[in-house]
Parts: sequence; structure tokens; C-alpha cells
Amino acid sequence: MIPLSWYLILSALLFCVGAFGVLARRNAVGILMGIELMLNAVNLNLVAFWRYLTPGLIAGQVFTLIVFAVAASEASVGLALIISIYRRRSTVVVDEINLMKW
Amino acid sequence: MGDPFGLIGQWLMDLVTGWGMQPVAALTLLRFLGAAILATVLLLVCFLLIVAERKLLGRFQDRYGPNRVGPWGVFQTVADFVKLIGKEIVVPDGIDKPVYWLAPLLVVMSVVGIWAVVPFAPGFLGTDLNVGILYIVSVGAIGTLGIIMAGWSSNNKFALLGAFRAVAQLVSYEIPMVLTLLVPTMLAGSMGIAAIVEAQKDMWFITAAPLAALVFLISSVAENGRAPFDLMEGESEIVAGFNIEYGGLAFGMFYVGEFLHAFTVGVLFSTLFLGGWQGPGAEQFPLLGLVYFFAKAFVVWFITVWIRGSFPRVRIDQLLSLNWKFLTPLALLIVSLTAVVDKLAVEQGWSRILALLAANGALFVGTMAVLGAYGRSVRLREERLRATAGGLSTGIAR
Amino acid sequence: MTVLQIVFLVTGFVTLLAGVMVVASPKLVHAALWLIVSLAGVAVLFVLLNANFLAVVQVVVYIGAIAILIIFAVMLTRRVMADTGPTHNPSWWLALISALVLLGGLLALILQVPAFAQAGPTAQPAADSGLSDLGTALVDVNRFLLPFEVASVLLLAALIGAMAIARPADAAEEGGE
Repeated sequence: MIPLSWYLILSALLFCVGAFGVLARRNAVGILMGIELMLNAVNLNLVAFWRYLTPGLIAGQVFTLIVFAVAASEASVGLALIISIYRRRSTVVVDEINLMKW
Repeated sequence: MGDPFGLIGQWLMDLVTGWGMQPVAALTLLRFLGAAILATVLLLVCFLLIVAERKLLGRFQDRYGPNRVGPWGVFQTVADFVKLIGKEIVVPDGIDKPVYWLAPLLVVMSVVGIWAVVPFAPGFLGTDLNVGILYIVSVGAIGTLGIIMAGWSSNNKFALLGAFRAVAQLVSYEIPMVLTLLVPTMLAGSMGIAAIVEAQKDMWFITAAPLAALVFLISSVAENGRAPFDLMEGESEIVAGFNIEYGGLAFGMFYVGEFLHAFTVGVLFSTLFLGGWQGPGAEQFPLLGLVYFFAKAFVVWFITVWIRGSFPRVRIDQLLSLNWKFLTPLALLIVSLTAVVDKLAVEQGWSRILALLAANGALFVGTMAVLGAYGRSVRLREERLRATAGGLSTGIAR
Repeated sequence: MTVLQIVFLVTGFVTLLAGVMVVASPKLVHAALWLIVSLAGVAVLFVLLNANFLAVVQVVVYIGAIAILIIFAVMLTRRVMADTGPTHNPSWWLALISALVLLGGLLALILQVPAFAQAGPTAQPAADSGLSDLGTALVDVNRFLLPFEVASVLLLAALIGAMAIARPADAAEEGGE
């Protein structure tokens, strides 16, 4: 069978890949994609722990559902912000969005 | 005569393990084989469906449909297919190759994938998922992805615009569809489609939730992209929209996907609201269940073709306002009303179906009253405009 | 090597590869499509973990909504049909080092606990992978009703906020009543 550590290692790898994306990407939407990867890694972790350690308690799946809802709201507000910034500054490269006012 | 499908499956299993395969490997092989056979049969059935639809549309428009190729024109689609294969697939310059070629695959995949959870007869279905309804929604969402990939990769501004409009339509109409899918779930107490069909043994769900069935039908037809909601590939409007740069067989895949989806809408509606394979004698003779299943699906499919032949195309702003201002609030009301009345009926000991029917009727009367009042206010406003403007009236419907 | 192990290894490899392509792809639309592959891989892993409701919710919410939103945002935020300029920071090597350090720390933590290395999960209690229990738990006053309601308020706030933020500035004057 599959040991729990395999799932945990996979989610750690995915989390670090997402962290690299957040830190290294210049485009704001690219950064958001890295954040989504990290949230997925967290979800994978939660569900693996639920299945292996406490399959009788449904709290693991509820936690994951709440993370889904949070990820959805954060993605929509984040992308709305990015589009709004694009309208004003005509750029979404985060290096260029470094002034609070003109 | 008891269980022909189980007998065939068992015979195949014995055959393959007799050749020396492990049972697990044999089961996996047979499952893949079953999936391949199902997908092939579906795409072949499309040949007949397309001809039937064209002849029906012809009759609606007081003309014969195609009637040259073969007796009564049944081989028309074969002829069209041969022509499509023979065409050169003109690949435009500057496209995004992997995305361009993947898009038609995703669109066809999203339609064929729905058939994995549909019960054809008692005990004869692809897989008995206990979240079948949500699976159907998720597979449909993949089709949306295929369309946006097609529009973007074509390196063509019109294709991109068409894809944006198409995705706006598809994503909007998912919401009333998902909400009304909750109604059979509530009435059957399970999200598994086999369980929903079983729960319709005494009475089909369309008697308990006619409004939900109607809203589901409308939003499914809109999800499919059929007239009157066929803005996605309005030939006279945006020059075929997102599939403008696809020729030959690639276009054929989009075409086949759309027609198969039309039949799938009929199948889903009949499974969820008309009882699927239920009918007199279906449990003893599963083949009879298969016959009922296809008969009901064909009736609903005929209704969608009828709708296609009767209504003009809806504009994009009318489309979106129909969804957001009418269907979504109505679907929300239907779901909450069904939940409340169902619980009350069970507690107070009323007949569930009569209580739900009464609630649906009250909601229908209320909706018609609201629509009538809204129509009256729009008409009054336009008359006032016409009176003050005195001459031309722009007649913009708000 | 059982079949499940092979399936896990293949799916895990595909998910990771897609994740690496997400953060390394020069064209953003390709990165968004690789993100979809990665999300689908995670959905398959959910099925392997017997959480099939979460798997379909993952496909519907992430692939069917969030990924499409991301693709739209990518397409709406560029001036020409092609990406311009470098896609990564000049100090991307620093990001790589910090990600690797983080990975090392996490792996050290995981491999330290012997209980995680045991093969096989504990017994699955419910036949429907907890689906009915999940439904009742979300609306039970003593269990998870409050987080459920707070999440729905959060979604409502995000819905209204996103519409208010992304509205064009002159929409209030044109198209009025």
C-alpha cells in the first residue's frame, strides 16, 4: 500500500514549487498561479491526514472544503484587483507597480 | 432472460481469464474495452442523429430534409463525414500548436465522459459513482475549457471574441443547471444517478418538480449552445465564433460534440426527471428498461429539436439578463421551496408529491405575475417614451 | 509494486511536472494550462484517497471556475497577443535556494515521524466516504455550521468586492436607468 509519507512528500514538493513560483515570477497572474499550487498542496496534505489518521472524523474534509471556498474568493478578488491595476497602469509586472501614487 | 448484460460480462471475464490473465488485469482490460465500445457506439449513433435532426428541421420548415443519399436520406451524414475527412485541414499561421490540437479533443471528451455515469438499464451502467450529479457538472466544465482553448489558440481576434462570449454563456448557465440538479438530489436523498432512478419507481420526479425540470431543460439547452441560445457559433453573426480556424475533421469533432451533447441533454433530463429506465416490467427484463430509456431520451431530444426549429436567436445581452435576472433567482427559489416543503410534508404526513406540486404551482403563478408586471412596466415606459419623443422610438428592451 | 502504487507514482509525477511547468513556462497561457493539468492530478489523488466528493468539487471549482478565471485574466492583461519581457525576476536563483531550503526543512520534518512511514491507511469507516456525514456535519449546530456560514459570507463578500473592484470607472455614468 501507499505510506502516508509519500503523500506528504508529494505535497511538500508541490508547495515548494508553488513557493518558487510566487517568489520568482514577474507577472502578477503568474504569482497567483503559484499561490493556487500552494493551496492545492495544503489541500492534499489535509485530505491525506484525514484518510490515514482520522477517517472517522469528518473535520478533515470540512477543512478542505473551507480551503476551497477561501481559494475561490481569494482568486476572484485577486484577479479583479489585477485587472483594475492593468486598467490604470497598463502593466501587471509587479516590478513596475512600485509607486503608491504617481 | 434475467440479466443479459451481466451474463455477457461474466462470459467475457471467463474468456479472458481462461487465456491466463490475472483477474485484476482482466477486469481493467474489460473496463477499458467497455469504455471504448461505448464511446464508439455513441459517435456512430451521432450519424443517425444528425440526419434525423436535419429531416425534422426540414419538416418544421415545410420542406423535406436531406433525402438523396440512401433511402430517405439516412446516409447523408456518412457522405458528409467522407467529405469532411477528405478536406484539407488548413492550419493557420501563428497558432499555438499543442493548444490548437487539444481543444477539439477536450470538447468531445467532455460530452462522452457524461455517459460513464448514466444508467441504461437496471445494473447496466458505466460506474456507480455516489457523486454522479456533481461528476456530470465537472465534466461539462471541461468543455468550457476546450472552447476557450480553441478560441485563444487560433490567433484570430474574432475567434477570441467568440470564445469569450461562448464562455460567458456557458459559465452563466451552469448556475441554474447546478441549482436545479439539487432538486432530484433532494427528492432521492442521494447524488448517485442509479439511486435517483431507483427512487423514481413510484412516481417520476417531473410530477414533483415540474418547474425545476423546466429550468433544467432551458439551462441545459443553453449549455449545449443550441438555438435559441446558439450565439456560440452563430454563422451569420460572428462568423462561426471560436471554431472559425478549424477545418475538416477538426471542425467535424466540434460538430459531433455539439450534436452528441444535444442527445445527452435528452438522456440526462429523462434520467433525472422522467425515470430513466423505469417502466412496466423493466426490472424483470433489463432489455425492456433499455428500450424505455432510449424512448424517453428520444422524446426529450425531439422537444429540443422542436425548440430549435421554432425560436429565433437570442442576443448576448438578452441571453445574460435572462440567466442572471430570471433563471438564477428562480432556481434559488425552487431549491429553497422544495427543501422546505419536502421537510414539512414528511413531518406533517402530507403526500410529498401533492405538496411539492402545489408549491411548484404557487411558485409558477407568482413567477408569471412578476413577469407580467415587469412586462407591463416596460411597455408603459416605452409608450411614455414614444409619446414624449414623438416619432422614432428606439425600442430598447431594458 | 501494486497497481495503486503505480497509479500514485504516475499521477504524482505528472502533477509535479505540471507544477514545475507552471512556474517555469515563459508563456503565461501555457502556464495556466499546465496549472489545469496539475489541478486534475490533485483531483486524481483525491480519488486515490477515497475523497471522491472533494475530487469532483476540485474539478468543478478549481478547473471549471478558477482556472478559467485565471485564463481570462491572462488574456485580458496584455497589450499585444504575445508576452513581452522576461518572465522571471533577475534574482530567481535566490527564490530557488529558499524554495529548496523550505523543501529540505519539510522533508526533514516528515521523515522524522516514524508513524508516517507505516504502510496502509486505517480502515475506511463509511461506505460512501463520509458523504452523508459531511452533509450533516456542515449544517449541524454543534459541529461545523459556523465555519460553513462564515465561508458563505466570505464568498458573498468576495463576489461583491470583485464586481466593485473590476467595474470600469465610468460605468456609473453610462448605461444608467
